[in-house]
Amino acid sequence: MIEVQHLTKYYGRHPGILDVSFGAEKGEILGFLGPNGAGKTTAMRILTCYLPPSSGMAKVAGYDVLDQSLEVRRRIGYLPENVPLYHDLSVSGYLGFVARLKGMQGRSRRARIEKVVEECGLAEVRNRIIGKLSKGYRQRVGLAQALVNDPDVLILDEPTVGLDPRQIIEIRELIRNLAGRRTVILSTHILPEASLLCNRVIIINKGKLVTVDTPDNLKNRLQRGMTVEITVRGDREAIRGVLETVTGVSSVTDTSAPSAGTCAFRVEAREGFDVREPAAQAVVTNGFGLLELAPVDMSLEDIFVELVTQEDIN
Amino acid sequence: MSRMIAIYLRELGYLFNSIIAYIVMMIFTLLAGYFFYNLLAFFNLASIQMMQNPLAAGELSLTEGVLQPLFGNMSIVLLLTMPMLTMRLLSEERKLGTAELLFTCPISDWDAILGKYFAAATVLATMLVLTFVFPWLLSRYAAVEWGAVTSGYLGLLFLGMAYLAMGLFFSSITENQIVAGILSFGFSLLFLIIGWINPFVSEGLSRVIAQVSILEHFGSFSAGIIDTNDIVYYFCFSLFFLFLCSRVLESNRWRG
Ligand SMILES: Nc1ncnc2c1ncn2[C@@H]1O[C@H](COP(=O)(O)OP(=O)(O)OP(=O)(O)O)[C@@H](O)[C@H]1O
Ligand SMILES: [Mg+2]
Repeated sequence: MIEVQHLTKYYGRHPGILDVSFGAEKGEILGFLGPNGAGKTTAMRILTCYLPPSSGMAKVAGYDVLDQSLEVRRRIGYLPENVPLYHDLSVSGYLGFVARLKGMQGRSRRARIEKVVEECGLAEVRNRIIGKLSKGYRQRVGLAQALVNDPDVLILDEPTVGLDPRQIIEIRELIRNLAGRRTVILSTHILPEASLLCNRVIIINKGKLVTVDTPDNLKNRLQRGMTVEITVRGDREAIRGVLETVTGVSSVTDTSAPSAGTCAFRVEAREGFDVREPAAQAVVTNGFGLLELAPVDMSLEDIFVELVTQEDIN
Repeated sequence: MSRMIAIYLRELGYLFNSIIAYIVMMIFTLLAGYFFYNLLAFFNLASIQMMQNPLAAGELSLTEGVLQPLFGNMSIVLLLTMPMLTMRLLSEERKLGTAELLFTCPISDWDAILGKYFAAATVLATMLVLTFVFPWLLSRYAAVEWGAVTSGYLGLLFLGMAYLAMGLFFSSITENQIVAGILSFGFSLLFLIIGWINPFVSEGLSRVIAQVSILEHFGSFSAGIIDTNDIVYYFCFSLFFLFLCSRVLESNRWRG
């Protein structure tokens, strides 16, 4: 559905993105991850024909973004980072205008607007003026606008920014439901969001592609040994001494204790060792009170930081 | 076509829902009314004096004494008001980020350009129609040459549309409305008074300048003469700037 090869975009002499290649299949949700200024928005603007690439090729649904821009634009729905709203229009007036721009007519247009208004939870504000809506509702109007032509490809630049937690869950749910028939590309800073929603994640940094993989694979690739978090009642140094003698433990670091008289550690194990049981036993047999013990999954957050710093070192 | 109409209606809706269209129309009719009153008062005075001199009285005509200078003055007011209509048309889309919506929708640049252009032209036509009241008032007390009135208004419409095209172009090159407004005002004025230099340049050059001068081509309209040469001039003038505008939009797509 989407094919990108050696895509490069220079702003003057400064590269926005540099030699990025990836692809997306129909029905896939692809996540763009990267710190500020990584080039996520730039890549999306090229895919939506808003900006031309300096070199390289990008195809959407088999059409080239430069040579067949109109065909590409017919098939996409785009939610830009700064939601493009006309503040003097009502929600339904605005959606009607966008639907007309996208060439929808008559009854099918009205039916479709009805549908996206429902889907995006805009029913109760449909006649309100957009300039008077809250940030979250504006974001929803932006999403509704992207969906109004029932596009094959949805490109969403930070779709959940500025929403309250309940709305974030709703919008994520919505995006998940949208996929299947469509290809969705979304960018985000929120890593759990990417691991929750996306089939594959593209990590970019400073315009360059760092890696493309499924969220699970990324975790497996980087997580070498097990990490356990443990909270114990007793003397910090004594407990640390005990934990360090447990076989398989490679390091013990202090973390902030939840309450006075207790202490917490982050215990990392060498590859192939499960240290949960021996650690618990060691604590208990030495007379300390074991309050909590839990393995820590490496979060995408850690992966992200790790990959990006690795990249920076190289 | 339907996309162009969508943009046209949206733009017209904006102009009339916001206060812009009303302010522009109010200022225009107010100033036109003021000029009309002054010209008429002066004409009155002149005709009373002429009564003592029957020889000169024959020279006096309503068209030359009132209507022609009125159209001339209105053309200056158009110069002041047209940039107000056009300065935000494209620059604001860029500033607000709605350009990112507009130009990622499957519309052609010409849909956007013509939709916006005709919306502004509709406001222009409306305010010209409002000033019909002046020749109508005249016609109740004297014989008005309707041919001259028609050609005068046609001239004003063409002139205004030329200003609008130029203003739309300047609105496409910047995201700052004020810059767009000042540029279109300055260049409109320049095209209007460019003929003033004619006595001081070579004959060849002065003929060229006369050809590009907006005022030169307006003169015959207000005198009641509809010349295809002038119509072609205004048409080409507008088309030229609309075309430049489409080049700018196109180049945004290529250069980024
Ligand atoms: N119009 C522009 N002109 C010049 N440089 C630009 C322009 N847009 C972006 N850049 C630069 O290109 C780089 C990538 O920007 P981009 O907006 O694509 O990042 P991003 O990943 O979307 O960041 P964020 O997470 O903050 O939205 C940045 O260094 C930015 O300064
Ligand atoms: Mg961005």
